[in-house]
Amino acid sequence: MNKLKLIIKREYLAKVRNKSFVIMTFLSPILMVGMIVLIAYLTKVNDSEKRVITVLNESDYFSNAFNITETLSYIDFKDLTLNEAIDSTLAMENYGLLYIQKAPDLETTATQAFLYTKESPVSYVIESLETIFQNRLRQGRLQRLGVSAKDFSEIDTDFEIKTATFQGDTNLKGINEIKAGIGGAFGYLIMMFIIIYGGFVMRSVIEEKTSRIIEVIISSVKPFQLMLGKIIGTSLAGITQFAIWIISASLLLFVAMLLLDIDLTALNSNPGLPVNAMTNVGNLPQGTANNMQLYAQELFKIPWVLLVCSFVIYFVLGYLIYSSIYAAIGAAVDNETDTQQFIFPIILPLMLAIYVGFFSVFSNPHGPIAVGFSLFPLTSPIVMLMRLPGGIGDGGVPLWQFLTSIVLLIVTFLAIVWLAAKIYRVGILMYGKKPTYRELFKWLKY
Amino acid sequence: MNHILVAENVSKKFGEHTALSNISLEIPENCIYGLLGPNGAGKTTLIRIINQITHPDTGRVLFDGMPLAPEHIATIGYLPEERGLYKSMKVGEQALYLAQLKGLSKAEAKKRLKYWFDKLEIGDWWNKKIQELSKGMAQKIQFIVTVLHEPKLLIFDEPFSGFDPINANKIKDEILELKKNGTSIIFSTHRMESVEELCEYIALLHQSEKILDGRLTEIKKAYKNNIFNVGLQVNGNADGLLKELTEKFAISSSSYDRSIDQLHFTMQLPSDETTLVLNHLAAKANVNHFEEVVPSANDIFIETVNGKGA
Repeated sequence: MNKLKLIIKREYLAKVRNKSFVIMTFLSPILMVGMIVLIAYLTKVNDSEKRVITVLNESDYFSNAFNITETLSYIDFKDLTLNEAIDSTLAMENYGLLYIQKAPDLETTATQAFLYTKESPVSYVIESLETIFQNRLRQGRLQRLGVSAKDFSEIDTDFEIKTATFQGDTNLKGINEIKAGIGGAFGYLIMMFIIIYGGFVMRSVIEEKTSRIIEVIISSVKPFQLMLGKIIGTSLAGITQFAIWIISASLLLFVAMLLLDIDLTALNSNPGLPVNAMTNVGNLPQGTANNMQLYAQELFKIPWVLLVCSFVIYFVLGYLIYSSIYAAIGAAVDNETDTQQFIFPIILPLMLAIYVGFFSVFSNPHGPIAVGFSLFPLTSPIVMLMRLPGGIGDGGVPLWQFLTSIVLLIVTFLAIVWLAAKIYRVGILMYGKKPTYRELFKWLKY
Repeated sequence: MNHILVAENVSKKFGEHTALSNISLEIPENCIYGLLGPNGAGKTTLIRIINQITHPDTGRVLFDGMPLAPEHIATIGYLPEERGLYKSMKVGEQALYLAQLKGLSKAEAKKRLKYWFDKLEIGDWWNKKIQELSKGMAQKIQFIVTVLHEPKLLIFDEPFSGFDPINANKIKDEILELKKNGTSIIFSTHRMESVEELCEYIALLHQSEKILDGRLTEIKKAYKNNIFNVGLQVNGNADGLLKELTEKFAISSSSYDRSIDQLHFTMQLPSDETTLVLNHLAAKANVNHFEEVVPSANDIFIETVNGKGA
């Protein structure tokens, strides 16, 4: 036990004193905050650009169809030829010219309309214009069927279906996504941690092999102790680094926001997301404000204690499983270039977990795919965390699934660590061989 | 005589490959025991078994009369052939770490390290990193770390590699002093002249089997074949005398040095006839030189290995 402590201490100190580690620790938050600030700034600049379209309308239709929006405005030209209109559009540096020729009826007018621009036009300009034409055409056709313009404006209404669980709790649109997103953030954190610090463990094992100190050490301690100490020491260094990152990044971000006066909400460009509703609550009608409260309630209802506890459980077990595989790989090879063939199969389940999580768990947190992947031990640390914000039991993850996934994870953990320790024990004393999977399998029997 | 280490019928296989086959050894206390053999003979595997890095498939090892157990690790010091140190760690810190892994307290380790650093005149290296040192310098640190916890049994695998002759001598003296202070030493090497110089006992492994062991002087005695080197003053009559002797004895590699009028040859004698032959020779010519050929460790090594390998 005492020796394990010594090893952990050495591994920890060796890691945190490493120059590149120190540089990474303090540079990363600055880079990250810099990126966020830059993106926010660019988004702001981009949004403030308003495009102007000149309209040369010779027809009898579309006279009041072009209404100014946040991003597009229109200038009407009258009594000009097309060439004159083009010249003045260019002179005024407007974005484009919409030319609507005179035609006998609405349909022909619409088909003959042309948009001239300097370069091929950006998509939202085309979309806006097309919507205007589509609406006008639909209105025209309905009028022919006897629907008045007034009736038409009443036809088009937004509608949202209200949903509730059988217990009568109101469901909110998008709340599943938010919940899975919160769980996903935890899952993503686990994946990043595994990939970064698992790699550190591997390189540290390779270093001991190439510097030939390994045999000196394992004549004093058991290889398993060394492997465990290395994994724990490295992950403590990793936790230190993550803590520094999170604290300093939040501080920096806060300071940067104050100094640059950047509104973070500018980043949320997708109006469908309720997050927007929360931040822009002042401009929204009463109904949304009520929803807003419901969302807040829902967020409070997320079982945070459970979530954080299971994060710790899944993090520790998942990390131990993967990093012992990394340690075994490090022991099997002589240098880092030989590791590629072994690393890919490790990264694969991690990537799969993240993608399955984002595509399947978000839309259906308790569907068969989500359930399967949250039970499978190599993906469960990530996928189960995405499902857990829904709670355990009613409406959430069934208790048996939660317990099964943890039991499976523990069993896998023991099996993998046992296997990895075997490969590690043999591998650290093997030099000059580029091992194959077959050979690794043979080592298990030594 | 007490034995520090006894191996009884130790066998070890790695998959299909047999690394050790039924090895039995008795290593007496307080001696230097040479563990010899060509590459791949199984020396390292045996040493690793003694260090409990690997475990034998069958057979057992007794340390100081007790079956080998984890607590013995602290009483064994091992300098492996494949050795090194953490490159980016400071010398002192590293030595302290390795000493503590062997069970020394930090204070005790510091005290002893100071003693050894002064003894080998490397006191000012404490805060240097290994990567700043030369290979020989790093080897000195490695040696100190191996002996620091004052083990009962020391195992040196090629201890002199990486040292210049002056420092190799220094290390050899240290090894002899350790032995004088009661330590038992297993010494594995390919350098036969150091075997000759240091070892009282040897064991020779070949193709995972023990083919020879015992006290070095006795092995040498057993390997003597009654072969003698002879030098005679012949008064010019070299050819005649040689012809006459060849008819009577088994004579080989003869040569005649005209400038000093001396005939040299090697002769194989039938046992117990040494005096007879010497008298016979003395009657014919002046005997300048009559010496039995004692095989060197090197000869024994090559002869046994080749004899077995063929």
